[in-house]
Amino acid sequence: MSGDGGGRGNNGGKGGGGGNGVLRRVLRNPLGLVSAVVLALIVLAVLFAPLLSPQGPNVASLRDSFGGPTGGHPLGFDSAGRDMVARLLYGGRNTLGGALLALVVALVIGVPSGLLAGYRGGRFDAAASWVVNLVMALPAMVVLLASRAILGPTVWVLMVVLGVLISPSFFRLVRGVVAGVRGELYVDAARVAGLSDARIVARHVLIVVRAPIIIQTALVAGIAIGLQAGLEFLGVGSGSTPTWGAMLNEAFGNIQRAPTMIVWPGLALGLTSASLVLLASALRDALEDRGAPAARRKARRGGSGLVSSELASPELVSPGLVSSEPAPSESVLSESAPSEPAPSGPVSGEVGERAELLSVRGLRVAYDLADGTVKEVVHGVDIDVRAGEIVGLVGESGSGKTQTAFSVLGILPEGGRVAGGSVTVAGTEIVGLDERAHRALRGTVVAYVPQEPMSNLDPSFTIGTQLTEPMRYKLKISRAEARKRALDLLRQVEITDPERVFASYPHQISGGMAQRVLIAGAMSCDPDLLIADEPTTALDVLVQAEVLGLLRRLQRERGMGVLLVTHNLGVVADVCDRVAVMHDGRIVETGTAEQILHAPEEPYTRRLLGAVLDRAPARGAWKGETA
Amino acid sequence: MSDVENLLAVEDLHVSFPGRGRGRRAARTDVLNGVSLAVRPGETLGLVGGSGSGKTTLGRAILGLVPARSGTITFAGERIDGATPRRRRTLSRDLQVVFQDPYTSLNPSLTIGDTLSEPLLAQGLSRAEARGRVAGLLERVHLPSDSAARLPREFSGGQRQRVAIARALAIGPRLIVCDEPVSALDLTTQQTVLELLLEIQEGTGVSYLFVSHDLAVVRFVSHRVAVIHQGVIVETGDAAEVTERPQHVYTRSLLLAAPVADVAEQRARREAFERERAAG
Repeated sequence: MSGDGGGRGNNGGKGGGGGNGVLRRVLRNPLGLVSAVVLALIVLAVLFAPLLSPQGPNVASLRDSFGGPTGGHPLGFDSAGRDMVARLLYGGRNTLGGALLALVVALVIGVPSGLLAGYRGGRFDAAASWVVNLVMALPAMVVLLASRAILGPTVWVLMVVLGVLISPSFFRLVRGVVAGVRGELYVDAARVAGLSDARIVARHVLIVVRAPIIIQTALVAGIAIGLQAGLEFLGVGSGSTPTWGAMLNEAFGNIQRAPTMIVWPGLALGLTSASLVLLASALRDALEDRGAPAARRKARRGGSGLVSSELASPELVSPGLVSSEPAPSESVLSESAPSEPAPSGPVSGEVGERAELLSVRGLRVAYDLADGTVKEVVHGVDIDVRAGEIVGLVGESGSGKTQTAFSVLGILPEGGRVAGGSVTVAGTEIVGLDERAHRALRGTVVAYVPQEPMSNLDPSFTIGTQLTEPMRYKLKISRAEARKRALDLLRQVEITDPERVFASYPHQISGGMAQRVLIAGAMSCDPDLLIADEPTTALDVLVQAEVLGLLRRLQRERGMGVLLVTHNLGVVADVCDRVAVMHDGRIVETGTAEQILHAPEEPYTRRLLGAVLDRAPARGAWKGETA
Repeated sequence: MSDVENLLAVEDLHVSFPGRGRGRRAARTDVLNGVSLAVRPGETLGLVGGSGSGKTTLGRAILGLVPARSGTITFAGERIDGATPRRRRTLSRDLQVVFQDPYTSLNPSLTIGDTLSEPLLAQGLSRAEARGRVAGLLERVHLPSDSAARLPREFSGGQRQRVAIARALAIGPRLIVCDEPVSALDLTTQQTVLELLLEIQEGTGVSYLFVSHDLAVVRFVSHRVAVIHQGVIVETGDAAEVTERPQHVYTRSLLLAAPVADVAEQRARREAFERERAAG
């Protein structure tokens, strides 16, 4: 963690952070390697121009004008009899040097002001953002032409102006990233740890903006070179200094007489710009890859809320499709047909007798990892849910309980798949079922209540729209009818002012209210089976008690089967009829709530119960200073 | 309580957040409406409340992360509300924090060793001294000594929370604000982290302000419990007293709403909860 970053622009040094690893990853990427090598060669060639070049860039001999390649002059001569290789090498110095100048100016203006605006916010932020918007509104070419007229035709001055014009792209980037970091708990922790603002910025903030700045720098460098060459091509630059753009201009003027002359500056510009863009993308892959494992934790498929999971495509209801769907599962159907609607036996773990509503047998869930290996997270789970009962699926994080629930819904996150076993929902085998047929089941047969109510409501639509839309698709009812049903549902989930909630946006209601709305949404198409994934974990205890009571009541009234995923044994005692305890991807124990909570047989279940603090004695009163 | 000097005393604290918009249209939100509480040396005060009750804001106000509108915060006899940034930085020697979310409270790109030496360096220790202390800190929170060179993502939630506790302990503080330190953790992990907090308190005599929504957790670690509701402390008392014989109606409903892992007892609680709700 001491990488001093090699000083790219002014953003490398501070903070450190595994610069070597990034470099290695960039070079392992073939495109990254090629573009880095090409860029390095160009830069080296330009730097060592005096050594490589046969003569000075302005040494002209009219005798040689438009002369072809000769021994000491491999690319021949231009219209004034100047050596092309020398023009290219020295011209590269000016072109790349100019772009570098523009970049440095843009970075020096954009990065510190972006840091300050993002970190401090307030007035400076408002003023700086106003200025930046103004600069962005200016047409760059016009400003450049005007400034040439005022400041004179030196390429360096123009590049400073160009730097000012592109600084907003850095300002905006840095400001956005920093404003996000400022809210992180680790920044608060650093403040509490007694770090000064300067130190917090250096240690915690720069490290986060470093990667985006590097990527942006490579991209902007390409743009700066292009703009500069464009100016020179138009003849706006300084006439006497050799640049690639000026060479293009000259070659274009003589394109009839010496058509190949345009190739070399064009090639130099093209190679440089393309390498910069490719390098930027390789850098992005390398730098942003670092965050991937952390991001995966939150990668739980977002689109599982009201609208997305229950919004069926309209053609689903067409009879042809529906009748063709159960075909692959027919064999399973006939197998499970004879099984009686089992009279709620106490334990359902026994393989063989399968519940009608939901029956999972030997379910295995696996993830394909980035390095090509496969990781199995659920190893052969059996679980049954019958109509009219609530089955708790209990386990700690990483036990595979949510993966099991997602498999039933067919919404495993990216990379996950059911690797084996059988899952039947109301007689339909859903393992291997195509997405369209599966979607037809969701909402009408099986519905879902998620853990995070707020993130499962779309902030840009009213509650009413989000409730009625799925019903209109799924049940083919009119808008008015859907509205009536939705209001009725809101009443059923004990919302006192359904009209107001119906017209509200998600940000206008509380988390508990949002969860009631989602429950109403789950009920909207009369499902037989409800999958509730930690439905009360994000809620306040008081609200939790109300929502659990509500779930219990609705489940009884409708005779629904519920699979309730939870880590809370109190919730199990409150509402579950039966319980399956899950650990490391396996069900370790199944039984009625009484059996599991009061006479657990497995050591793991006992350990879990041992950690419950309900019965632990309260800490005694304070007896004075102990130390 | 008057016979002992309080380590921390909060008197009639008001905290508000400005509303959106400008001028008169900006309606301010009052989060704390006159909170008073005190923590004695070596004591744990549990602060319980529902979401939006202001419990987290109270902790943040004590740490100086949000400004107080009125009222006083006194630490070891000194007013610290409105302390200068410079004074705040030295205060961090005595006043520390453990946040709820062990995933976002550690900088993902700093090694555990860097995270732990940060407060030490800020207090003026040399890099070598800081490195030396880190090993001891890791041992205190029962993490393997090779953890220092590793990144947070290699650790589980419970282990990360141990790192956060070690960071809080680094400078030997007298009060640690624990903001829901175990509510993101699994049941079995939760227990071991709570036991670690108790063990550290016995060893160092540090005081805790333990903020949580979970009455069972709070009564396990706290000598005294304060219940906060809508920015006001509604009840304070010894842990057993408040959690077994609550006086205030809000505390009572909080207690009845918390489900217990016992089918018969929970049924009784559930009935009582529904009764209270029907009555109220």
